[in-house]
Amino acid sequence: MPKPELAPSFPRVHRIGDRLFAMGIWGIAISIVAWFAWFLIDICVQGIPLFSWEFLTEAPRNAGRAGGIGSILVSTLLILAVCLSVSVPLGLGTAILLSEYSARNHRFGRMVRRSLDILAGVPSIVFGMFGNALFCMYLGMGFSILSGGLTLACMVLPILIRSTEEGFRSVPNEYRLAAAATGMSRSATLTKLLIPAAVPGLTVGLVLGIGRALAETAALIFTSGYVDRMPESLLDSGRALSVHIFDLSMNVAGGDRQAYASAAVLVGLLLVINGIASLFANRWLGKKILRQ
Amino acid sequence: MVGEENFATMNTNQPPSEYFDDGQPGIPISKGRKSAAIGPLQAGPPCCPREPWIQIEDLSISYGNKRVLQEVSLAINRKCITALIGPSGCGKTSLLCSLNRLTDLIPGCRAEGKITIGPIDVRSSTTDVITLRRKVGMIFQRPNPFPLSIRKNIEMPLKEHGVKHRTDRESIMHSALKDVGLWDEVKDRLNSSAQSLSGGQQQRLCIARALALQPEVILLDEPCSSLDPISSGIIEELMASFRARYTIVVVTHNLQQARRIADEAAFFWVTDGVGHLIEHGVGTQVFDTPQHPLTVAFVNGRAG
Repeated sequence: MPKPELAPSFPRVHRIGDRLFAMGIWGIAISIVAWFAWFLIDICVQGIPLFSWEFLTEAPRNAGRAGGIGSILVSTLLILAVCLSVSVPLGLGTAILLSEYSARNHRFGRMVRRSLDILAGVPSIVFGMFGNALFCMYLGMGFSILSGGLTLACMVLPILIRSTEEGFRSVPNEYRLAAAATGMSRSATLTKLLIPAAVPGLTVGLVLGIGRALAETAALIFTSGYVDRMPESLLDSGRALSVHIFDLSMNVAGGDRQAYASAAVLVGLLLVINGIASLFANRWLGKKILRQ
Repeated sequence: MVGEENFATMNTNQPPSEYFDDGQPGIPISKGRKSAAIGPLQAGPPCCPREPWIQIEDLSISYGNKRVLQEVSLAINRKCITALIGPSGCGKTSLLCSLNRLTDLIPGCRAEGKITIGPIDVRSSTTDVITLRRKVGMIFQRPNPFPLSIRKNIEMPLKEHGVKHRTDRESIMHSALKDVGLWDEVKDRLNSSAQSLSGGQQQRLCIARALALQPEVILLDEPCSSLDPISSGIIEELMASFRARYTIVVVTHNLQQARRIADEAAFFWVTDGVGHLIEHGVGTQVFDTPQHPLTVAFVNGRAG
């Protein structure tokens, strides 16, 4: 007896809408990656031929058309160091206050959070003016790496605080209860348990903050200045890498190739410093936490 | 009665605590810990003398403006197992949390009334919460080990409470894990994450963590409700073995379990959104010959 042919019980229907939707989503994602790749390749192709040890260590000559970026790298790193050494402890402290010492809906906490969100959106040029008025003029630091670093710290703090706070909030409340129920003091709970467990949020804040600080130009023109000599102290003026790129491409005829090379260095620096920051945060603070 | 005698001898001449020196001679540490340091915990005598130890007088608890527990007075006997039963939302857990002042951590939570545990005035502002919480351990509904290694889970609180020598901490950890029957299961992986354990093992680790601090009272908030029946059975056995060694207060929704292990039971009920204590007495009496009509309905499964 011949077997009867089985007809599919549910004949497949092509749903055009779904297909189009999926294609659209993929298209958007791919175009973003492609755009980033194009931008990165352009910088590398134009910038890398100039790369050499000398370029990284020598002082710029002829307004940056020749020579290297040695003194500028030093200034950049010093500004970043000032910025982070002020903003990280302040940020961590404020985040702990907001998430551990005040109730989520408390009026004070809400006010602080609102202010931070507004501060995070303030244009950097406004921070530059503020830094100039406060640090350079009023506190008498002049155009210096210190003024620049402190201004950047003000700029970075809102991002740092908010993402660190989110890091603390994402730590399950059960850990806090467990610590309290075993009679651990508040400070021990924080240092031994909550800070290590909040490291992912802290790292996000650090990465975003470093990114913003390294990329900053406008605020630094007003505060750390233009001088491209090797800084001798924190009170010397120093030119940051992003200011250097701006200057080369806008004010110096024939500085484009150097600008490209500097931009490639800046991108590289950003990747390296972020890598170090997350590694450091995970090793140093998060080492005790054993995630499953 | 043999059990009574055993209990009496256990209670006299309490040895000073081996590891903790908190200068409170008035609060004896259960001798069970001492013997537990030699071998695994054995089940205690079947019954216990009714010696009121935790005294709750006119306790009311409210969250903001909402009252959850109204003027509860309850005496909990020493080294007995007291089960708090009743429908959800009747303030059992809040009552439990007020015994180790965990209510302090809940924003807006306010407790009124008087609680004493032995000589300690729990709610007095001069009482050291840290020491109180060491003496009054707590186990939660969902197992909550720290996200650390199994070893660190027990050793970190010990370190915080001043057990300085590593060898002391090791030996306490060893006996605590033995007491909860976890030692053989984890002895080869003490350094791996506590969160890699199964739910039942995690709950036993939490109990071991509490035992390691040599508590006097152990509060358990539905310790079995998130576990499978087998793990739940192990925890139940463990609770039964605590009888006559620790004062146990357990909140449970499992009436069969409460009937099996509880020396005493307190039944709570919600009227107009506020929890009240309806009936309190010897376990068998509350379950088999309840006095109040609400209790009759509840234990027979007709209410709640």
